[in-house]
Amino acid sequence: MNGTAVLHSIIDGVLTGSVYALMATGLTLIFGVMNIINVAQGIFVILGAYLSYALSVHLGIDLFVGLAITIPTLFVVGIVVERLFLTRIKGPERVVMSILVTYAVSLVIEGILNMVFSTNYVELHAWYVNRSVKVFGIYLPYIYLLGFAMAVVLLTALYVMLYRTRFGTSVRASLADQTSAALVGINVRRVSTICFGLGVAVTAAGGMIYGATNAFNASSSYDLISRLLVIIVLGGMGSLGGALVAGIMMVTIEDLVAVVWGPVWSNLSFFLILVIVLSLRPQGLFGKQSVRVA
Amino acid sequence: MLRVRNVWWIVALAAFVLFPLIETNPTWTTIGIFALIFMGCATSWNMFSGYSGYVNLGSAVSYGVGAYTITLLADHLNVPGNGDLFWLVPVGGLAAMIIAIPVGLIALRVRRHTFVVITIAIFFVFQLSAINFSFTGGTAGLQLPLIPWLETNYNKPFYYAALAIAVFAVLLSVAVRRSRFGLQLLAIRDDEDRAAGLGVKVFAVKLVGFTMSAFVVGMGGALYAIFIGQIYPQFVFDPIFDISIALMCIFGGLGTLTGPLLGALVLESTQQYLAIRFSNGSLYLIIFGSLFLVIVLFMPQGIVVFLGDWRSRRKARLAEGARVVLGEAS
Repeated sequence: MNGTAVLHSIIDGVLTGSVYALMATGLTLIFGVMNIINVAQGIFVILGAYLSYALSVHLGIDLFVGLAITIPTLFVVGIVVERLFLTRIKGPERVVMSILVTYAVSLVIEGILNMVFSTNYVELHAWYVNRSVKVFGIYLPYIYLLGFAMAVVLLTALYVMLYRTRFGTSVRASLADQTSAALVGINVRRVSTICFGLGVAVTAAGGMIYGATNAFNASSSYDLISRLLVIIVLGGMGSLGGALVAGIMMVTIEDLVAVVWGPVWSNLSFFLILVIVLSLRPQGLFGKQSVRVA
Repeated sequence: MLRVRNVWWIVALAAFVLFPLIETNPTWTTIGIFALIFMGCATSWNMFSGYSGYVNLGSAVSYGVGAYTITLLADHLNVPGNGDLFWLVPVGGLAAMIIAIPVGLIALRVRRHTFVVITIAIFFVFQLSAINFSFTGGTAGLQLPLIPWLETNYNKPFYYAALAIAVFAVLLSVAVRRSRFGLQLLAIRDDEDRAAGLGVKVFAVKLVGFTMSAFVVGMGGALYAIFIGQIYPQFVFDPIFDISIALMCIFGGLGTLTGPLLGALVLESTQQYLAIRFSNGSLYLIIFGSLFLVIVLFMPQGIVVFLGDWRSRRKARLAEGARVVLGEAS
């Protein structure tokens, strides 16, 4: 082990972690506003990756240009899923029911993806996927840098929307307290639907980067959703800043462990950190202290 | 004195005892074995998650630990491939209980919503460990001693072992439900803070319930392992298992006694049948997922309540119709 390798893994971790942070932000936004845990987030990422794949292989559209098609497509998919299924969830066990519903949705999508694309692993290709640039003696793949830039742009856009627009104010009001938000005239139903759409739409971008950096098939979604769930629990469920910090932190630590102790331990370290953090801070790093829920 | 309800239980038990004697086709008795294993596991899952409201979506941890324990033990103790293997099944259950203690200590620190997510996360730790560590055989899995029984009689001992586990689970669940401990679990479901205020040691009660429920699920996993004869990480630590168990209990009625039994019987048989009927895995996923959606969206209270509602609504409609007819006549 040497200093360069460690530095390299930290830089890699921050670059790829930002993409996970983007996908986790979508997940935590949905939880915060709607009290729904969308376990289909993993399969939506893969759906996004396959859409990019189809566009680039069959129509020759560049991966980043293709986002102009895949992001709106997944936004619409999200809205359709929310309207068709999630609005029907009733009863006191809303969170559990939402997990079951979104899991069922993800099974159906997994089956369809397997039928259309087969279960063979595929990878996304473009000129910037396999080339690297040398910075201070470290080789950085272009795709990592581009993915980082994209994640920063999209996260900034999301933050500007949430903190600088009227719609964003309604979203944050719904995050804080749905009943009060409804009382001051916010259409919580509409806010929820759009948030679900947005939360799913970011997976198109995340999926493209994921597909360019990993070989994937439909069952890769299980690996993804387990990481994303750990990230949002660690950051504090419903905390947008928490998802960002936890996403970058977790992936960086995972990369570091892979370099220092070997890749077998890196997956486990991810969960070990969760266990340690939760025993010290059960509400997560940035979570609100759990309040009594009637 | 025999009450009508008890008679139904005896009739149901008799039917299950007689089933493999009448139906000897291995395809159907295999479905019966799976149905019984899941009836036991679902009842046991319900004993903690249904009563306390803490929905555990990582029950495959116990199932997998049971399966791996029996496989590794059979290998280290050089147990021959015969009926002796069955004596190790409760050991698989005990191992699952022991593992459930640290898992519960971590996961039960948080309230319900986060608990659900943490159980999923911990489930993935175990799946990854089984894949990554060498003593578990990695993705290649492990083999159990081959049991050289004739095909026509192979299923029977497994069937009755599964039935014994299911009966044990039901008796345990009834005992818990009627005990002070069971009332404390229900109190936690209804209002945890108030229960704590009234002197229920909520953390200890939750931990004991969580650990107890792991026992039967671990035994189920152990029996599954010796029945199949080989185990792979992705089959014993299976996310579909986590979700199926919860779905069975919700389908039948969360927190009831008959609900998980009915739910497991109907859903597991359907699932097995679909798996045989549609050997194409993708189509199976689509059909199972759709069925799943229909259940959760249209019968969130469980099939028992759903049918009850339907009947009372129908009665109300009939009464309404009768009134209209009478009104016209007068």
